[in-house]
Amino acid sequence: MQDYDIVIGLEVHSELKTNSKVFCSCKNQFGQEPNTNCCPVCVGLPGALPVLNKKAVELVIKAGLTMDCEINDIAVFERKNYFYPDLAKAYQISQLVKPICVGGHIDLENKTVRLNRIHLEEDAGKLVHSTAAIGTLIDYNRGGVPLMELVTEPDISSADEAVEFLTKLRQRLIYAGVAECKMEQGGMRCDVNISVKKRGSLELGERTEMKNLNSFKSVYRAINYEANRQIEVLKNGGKIVQETRKWDDNHNRSISMRKKETSSDYRYFPDPDMLAVEIPREDVEALRKTLPLMPEELKARYISEYGLSEYESEILTRENHLSDYFNKTISFYNNPKEVYNWILTEILSRIESSENISISPENLAKLLKLVENKEVTRTNAKEMLSRIMENGEEIEALIKEYGGGVDETALKALVENIVTSNPKAVEDYKTSDTPEKVFRWFTGQVMKETKGKANASKAEEFIRELLNK
Amino acid sequence: MKIDELSLIELAEKISKQELTSFEVTKFYIDKCNEHSDLFALLEIFEDSLDRAKEMDEKIKAGFKGKLAGVPVVIKDNILYKGKKASCSSKFLENYVAQYNSTVVQKMLDEGAVIFARANMDEFAMGSSTENSAFGVTKNALDPTRVPGGSSGGSACAVGAGLTPVALGTDTGGSIRQPSSYNGVVGIKPTYGRVSRYGVVAFASSIEQVGPITKNVKDNAYMLEVLAGNSIHDETSLKEEVPNYLSYIKGDISKLRVGVLKEIDEAVKGLEVEKSYKNAIKFLKENGAEIVVTSIPSFNLTLPCYYIIAPAEATSNLGRFDGVKYSRRSKDAKDVDEIYFKSRSEGFGKEVKRRIMLGNFVLSSGYFDAYYNKAKKLQQKLIEEGKKAFATCDVIVLPTTAGEAFKIGAKDGDPVSMYKEDLFTIMANILGVPAISIPFGKGPNGLPLGLQIVADRLNEGTIYNVADFIESKGGEYARL
Repeated sequence: MQDYDIVIGLEVHSELKTNSKVFCSCKNQFGQEPNTNCCPVCVGLPGALPVLNKKAVELVIKAGLTMDCEINDIAVFERKNYFYPDLAKAYQISQLVKPICVGGHIDLENKTVRLNRIHLEEDAGKLVHSTAAIGTLIDYNRGGVPLMELVTEPDISSADEAVEFLTKLRQRLIYAGVAECKMEQGGMRCDVNISVKKRGSLELGERTEMKNLNSFKSVYRAINYEANRQIEVLKNGGKIVQETRKWDDNHNRSISMRKKETSSDYRYFPDPDMLAVEIPREDVEALRKTLPLMPEELKARYISEYGLSEYESEILTRENHLSDYFNKTISFYNNPKEVYNWILTEILSRIESSENISISPENLAKLLKLVENKEVTRTNAKEMLSRIMENGEEIEALIKEYGGGVDETALKALVENIVTSNPKAVEDYKTSDTPEKVFRWFTGQVMKETKGKANASKAEEFIRELLNK
Repeated sequence: MKIDELSLIELAEKISKQELTSFEVTKFYIDKCNEHSDLFALLEIFEDSLDRAKEMDEKIKAGFKGKLAGVPVVIKDNILYKGKKASCSSKFLENYVAQYNSTVVQKMLDEGAVIFARANMDEFAMGSSTENSAFGVTKNALDPTRVPGGSSGGSACAVGAGLTPVALGTDTGGSIRQPSSYNGVVGIKPTYGRVSRYGVVAFASSIEQVGPITKNVKDNAYMLEVLAGNSIHDETSLKEEVPNYLSYIKGDISKLRVGVLKEIDEAVKGLEVEKSYKNAIKFLKENGAEIVVTSIPSFNLTLPCYYIIAPAEATSNLGRFDGVKYSRRSKDAKDVDEIYFKSRSEGFGKEVKRRIMLGNFVLSSGYFDAYYNKAKKLQQKLIEEGKKAFATCDVIVLPTTAGEAFKIGAKDGDPVSMYKEDLFTIMANILGVPAISIPFGKGPNGLPLGLQIVADRLNEGTIYNVADFIESKGGEYARL
């Protein structure tokens, strides 16, 4: 493998987060009964016409802005003509000559991957292979779901880089609110173009394409398999044929599907049913202003402004829901380090996804303030948190139960009682070289008696008062 | 008073005033259609039409007002009316039932129309004689040995034979105007985008329009006002407000600048239409119009331009008829490739197949720039030339066809000669401008000829004024 360079380009399809489909008003929703979320437009009935969902264009522009793309002033939709049963109109409305975004890049740890373009198109329906008696069925629910297709330049040189690129891309799309990238629902799919060449050679090798890989793991394994296969072919004096190969995840191999000679001529031409989309500069700038900070930017801010470590910032910015949660919490309680510690040790261990954290940022902030003011002990606060997150209990009730449960007069009486009934300890306090140790013993006694409910700082105040008499 | 002697406007008024019922009018026309079924203008008279007419009578009694309240209308077979068949005169869609209403049908229903029949046409609107219908040839309303023209031959014949007060056609390269000319009636192709194409089975999306075919110009203006207007389902439909077209009809053309094209002077030499065309110009001049000689230098390229753009779009538009979903599937198909191949081989007629192949050819990689792109560039050039021409005049007049309707079968096996039928009409589609055909003059066999009046975008009102003037005052010349 060391004698060869691997050259990889990716085409990534992501379903956009719009309310409705891209050319009709059907809902953009996953998981409905087959063929219940369709209309004349998305099943391509005769006479139906597409009407562009402007929101989808905005999302592609936003995506482009997070990757430094150039946004075209005019974007044009074209028809990509081919026959396949899941493609209701026998053409897909896509973009060829004038996509919404051109150029741009995503920076990886050790290199920059240049983008060729990002364009908007419609998804196709889905074939459902049923029993032999029934045959193949078609579900058109997915037909017309807005897809953005991002095409990279062939700048990626390994499976690791490909996965790093996809991770960063996915983060950006999620952060920008462009797509949810739910891989398991086909919300993000990747075509891999791959070729190999003698190390250092300027001449590119013949490439193969693997379509519709729907997990990072598949991408990783498919690249490694296919690079090795190609290298083996070359080493044995063979030739690589330009072709589309199918990745078989179950058997961890790729299979030849279609040679170039038999591939389709898509006969693209501008869709006469659609107007060219004008994209004024002002609109682009207005959209730019709505973009949140991207993960790298947030990370930098956590490090420089909040004094968090690289590692801590990395954890918080991996998922937008988590960094949102963190940002909100510190807006109520400005102690980033403390908030981070609680998130890491108490919250992340209790959740499956950062999308649904069952204690609100406000309530977490409230709890941490109680700890800081010593109105509840750290131990009790942890117990409270656990009861909120796991039993769904109300924070107000828990505060009554754990904190401020002992009123001042009663607390004072209790302190007096403990001090007077422990003369030996009082003596120790006055003579000891380490009086604070004895002092802490007294506070411990108070907390024990009150089951931790006493306001610790009040208790300390009373104890000190009596001991110093 | 005979019902079929009333104009559309008179009929609408009498039904509204309850001097006539929709039921008796509709029944009259249905009976007449049945009487003249040998013309084969219509593919189907809708069974529930008389029920709809009765229902409209009830509504009118209860105070319903609408421009077409109770008025019977015929639609071309490529216009969708929910629950009714729409076959595009193709075997492929023989039993296809529309799942929703086209915008034009909805607009007519909202105005109270009784849409009672669908008219024969050339399959998928491809043709100029209605001989390409999979279900039979429509006859000319005035001479049953001759063609009615096409592709809206059924619609124009129905109006010409008095089988309906009004019919809708579609016009991609002359498909309303040429048959209107052959049947002695009035038909307009509106400005591109003036009428929504939503729910009209597409042939060449970038140039086609729906338009009314009527007995006279005022009826036509009245009808277009119903059909025109923006649709939220159609990006290419225009947002401009629809004017009251009748208000443009002033009975005066004294300040009008009428353009005549140099290129037409050449083209009409020796044609049947030459005399009536010259007479039209003479008539306009005598009535105070200023005749301006102008030019669209690339006029002769409109035909080749059209026969690249239209098939290219058609090949893509017709892809959805694949035997997989609603169109007829071949019984012999054993796998998905065979479903496509056999269904399409069996389902489409010869002319449709010819154009699909043409379209695929001009869009193929390697030929795209030489054909499709070049044609689109040429279209841009023609549009510029049109703008220049219309800067010098208010309307341009030209013939609709070279001569009177030809004999059925006369152009069999000669597609190019058939394509040339659209020589004078294609220009308006390529430019996207409105054009009307009105009867003017007679051919050697005494059959009607047509005169086209073309204006710049959205100037249908001007067209109607000139057309009405010629129709009402040009009697002497128009009979020649």
